[in-house]
Amino acid sequence: MPAPIRLRELIRTIRTARTQAEEREMIQKECAAIRSSFREEDNTYRCRNVAKLLYMHMLGYPAHFGQLECLKLIASQKFTDKRIGYLGAMLLLDERQDVHLLMTNCIKNDLNHSTQYVQGLALCTLGCMGSSEMCRDLAGEVEKLLKTSNSYLRKKAALCAVHVIRKVPELMEMFLPATKNLLSEKNHGVLHTSVVLLTEMCERSPDMLAHFRKNEKLVPQLVRILKNLIMSGYSPEHDVSGISDPFLQVRILRLLRILGKSDDDSSEAMNDILAQVATNTETSKNVGNAILYETVLTIMDIKSESGLRVLAINILGRFLLNNDKNIRYVALTSLLKTVQTDHNAVQRHRSTIVDCLKDLDVSIKRRAMELSFALVNGNNIRGMMKELLYFLDSCDPEFKADCASGVFLAAEKYAPSKRWHIDTIMRVLTTAGSYVRDDSVPNLIQLITNSVEMHAYTVQRLYKALLDDISQQPLVQVASWCIGEYGDLLVSGQCEEEEPIQVTEDEVLDVLEGLLVSNLSTPVTRGYSLTAIMKLSTRFSSVNRIKKVVSIYGSSIDVELQQRAVEYNALFKKYDHMRPALLERMPIMEKTATNGPTEIVQTNGETEPSVVEPKHPPPVTQPANQANDLLDLLGGNDVVPVIQTTLPTKPASAGGELLDLLGDLSLSGIPPMIAYNKNGLKIDFTFERANPNPNIAVITIHASNTTEADMTDFVFQAAVPKTFQLQLLSPSSNVVPALNQGTVTQVIRVLNPQKQQLRMRIKLTYTHKGSPVQDLAEVNNFPPQSWQ
Amino acid sequence: MIKAILIFNNHGKPRLSKFYEHYTEDTEQQIIRETFHLVSKRDENVCNFLEGGMLIGGSDYKLIYRHYATLYFVFCVDSSESELGILDLIQVKVFVETLDKCFENVCELDLIFHVDKVHNILAEMVMGGMVLETNMNEIITQVDAQNKMEKSEAGIAGAPARAVSAVKNMNLPEMPRNINIGDISIKVPNLPSFK
Repeated sequence: MPAPIRLRELIRTIRTARTQAEEREMIQKECAAIRSSFREEDNTYRCRNVAKLLYMHMLGYPAHFGQLECLKLIASQKFTDKRIGYLGAMLLLDERQDVHLLMTNCIKNDLNHSTQYVQGLALCTLGCMGSSEMCRDLAGEVEKLLKTSNSYLRKKAALCAVHVIRKVPELMEMFLPATKNLLSEKNHGVLHTSVVLLTEMCERSPDMLAHFRKNEKLVPQLVRILKNLIMSGYSPEHDVSGISDPFLQVRILRLLRILGKSDDDSSEAMNDILAQVATNTETSKNVGNAILYETVLTIMDIKSESGLRVLAINILGRFLLNNDKNIRYVALTSLLKTVQTDHNAVQRHRSTIVDCLKDLDVSIKRRAMELSFALVNGNNIRGMMKELLYFLDSCDPEFKADCASGVFLAAEKYAPSKRWHIDTIMRVLTTAGSYVRDDSVPNLIQLITNSVEMHAYTVQRLYKALLDDISQQPLVQVASWCIGEYGDLLVSGQCEEEEPIQVTEDEVLDVLEGLLVSNLSTPVTRGYSLTAIMKLSTRFSSVNRIKKVVSIYGSSIDVELQQRAVEYNALFKKYDHMRPALLERMPIMEKTATNGPTEIVQTNGETEPSVVEPKHPPPVTQPANQANDLLDLLGGNDVVPVIQTTLPTKPASAGGELLDLLGDLSLSGIPPMIAYNKNGLKIDFTFERANPNPNIAVITIHASNTTEADMTDFVFQAAVPKTFQLQLLSPSSNVVPALNQGTVTQVIRVLNPQKQQLRMRIKLTYTHKGSPVQDLAEVNNFPPQSWQ
Repeated sequence: MIKAILIFNNHGKPRLSKFYEHYTEDTEQQIIRETFHLVSKRDENVCNFLEGGMLIGGSDYKLIYRHYATLYFVFCVDSSESELGILDLIQVKVFVETLDKCFENVCELDLIFHVDKVHNILAEMVMGGMVLETNMNEIITQVDAQNKMEKSEAGIAGAPARAVSAVKNMNLPEMPRNINIGDISIKVPNLPSFK
């Protein structure tokens, strides 16, 4: 068989291929030749073949059949063979192949070879791809080599030890004695790798960290080395642009950071040297900046004195003004890390950071945006928001979503006035409306309902925005909801904040109908606008037009629209008497309280009907607008506004199920009591104790009616003294049927951490025989077991 | 820790690929393609740091790259490495300058035809994903010594290479240019006295 071609020839041949297919053909031919050569067990040319195979592997062609050959090469005596063999092993083999275990013996022998380069090769391969079994077997050899005086081998052994520790953390103790003299080496290569080894050990195990701090007195040693590096004059072998071995300096600074973190003694020992490095390093070249950057990170992480911290932040500020983009990027990243702890110092550089928003570089813009949001506070909100809104206008689409949510959050936290807040929101919606996140629509709606005095202004502005542009869905959704709610304010021209515009009812309905037919509207938006039109039927006088629109959509193809239209139609026909109550104004919504409920919790009494049809969707369309099925599942009521519970309500007999839902409650034998009994309305309290938390008393009220007329729109409210916390879950219904035919139940949870006497003031409102009734009462006769 | 070192040209063809973590061959090729895609989109005067692509680990990993003539040198590192330090590693004293010294004004063709040598140089610099040696002279000394060992074993096939290095190392004394013998008067003996 003729001698296989050399690697160079192969490369030359492949480069002459003009198409991918030609190249593939050549490679396949060569692969076949290599395979037959392997089968012949030809020792002389094996390394040449494997070299070619590695080249083909780099181009992306399969080369797994060469794995065993690599092993044979490693076992050979010649250095050339070993070199290619180990390279092949590193490129082709990894833990997942079983073949790699066969290497263990070879590596072991080579680790004890007479030639240092062979030992070096073995260490290199073990350090790159040794599996945990291999590492366990060979850790002893590595440890021996760590103590040798040959610096070439020592540095390789150190890095190999790092790999071993990463794979098998339990072996860390084994390397501990060898590390004792590592730092007294003169050779910088060894110093460098030893510092890496020590860093790895300290990062992995807090015990090691403590050990190094106390016993080894590591910090003084490192400080000494660093000092030598800075103070010693020019040393040609380690010099990089005028600075002595910057790589080693950076590594030492990093290790000092780990040692000094949350440890006062070590931090104190380092203060001087850090100050020295920070002031003496030359910043004209990248190397100097690299060292300064590392120093700044170290100063921020350890317990340094405040003067040093200010120095560090000033260095970062100087970086920000540097022309080199890399430096600015790095400065922004580190400022982001420190803005939580040293907020005031970073504020000083606010204007520079805001300027970076206008930079052309995408990475810098992103960092600057994140940092700007972190720097917003009550004082600078107006100025910052102006800049950020300008940024939102002009930035790339990939930023808009994050920027918009950031603006909303910041506005919520620091808004100086409600009007400003609403203006900002309007601005965001109109400029980046389509990038706003889905959950911001309900948040916005909640915000708008809460600012009662701004309703007229808000709806007017939203209406005007709708006239301009209906393509941005979140804007359209919020606008149609508001028009539905506050359309009467719009038409009556009541706005105080702004020049009121003259709008007729027909124009408003035109706009809303336009949304329904437009191609730009998504189905969700259409749902919103249909409901808005429906709501206007109680606020406007031109009901006929609305009736017509609703009946048209009764045969719409979109199932959701059709269902809504049909049910609204039913509202006009059969349930017309319920319509005004259903479509009344929404009450102020409380945000979902995650940190404890407030004293009086308003129930969602007024606008929810007391259900007769389980599938009737309430005239509220948010926040679960994407889960219209959820509305159906929950039986229609009490979905929104989400106050404290999502427990579905069912007719009165559901009291027992409610109890089951509340988890493992044991009826603790506390006797029930009558809390209120007047005018035919009787309210009983029954008690349970919630097992997971014995301080919570769970009270179920049962309201019953002994008169002959139903009590409709029944609302129960309760208040407790300040030391208690109260949570009111939703009632089973709003109608207390006459003549004790049923009861309305509602669950109250009272948190009583101080175990004081439970007292409660209750307020009842209902409509009886057409006239509204309101009553206040105090409940003091709680049995002692309920609060002990 | 350095996750991968890639060198590819302006068209995305890989010239060197070394991964310090385990991936299948397909994934490796995909990573090379994705990295090329991300890096080639960058302008000339933007900063040299990028978030890593999805395959290589997403935003935990950074790509630090330098573009020299027709080649991109890309290091994929995690947060434990200093970005500016790696930049120096690629550029100033270490990788590129070492290649320059070893190959005498290195160009892309050198990298193409001597992939294995480049791997050997890299192995002296970065081991197991961590920086081993940063002193350029040290690295070159080691690489030279190993190359010499290789040549001494090469046998007949290494003859041309040995001849080249022999000529390079030959210590030729200064060749005299003018040979001035001077005036040679050759005394010819009297022939008649020869009887």
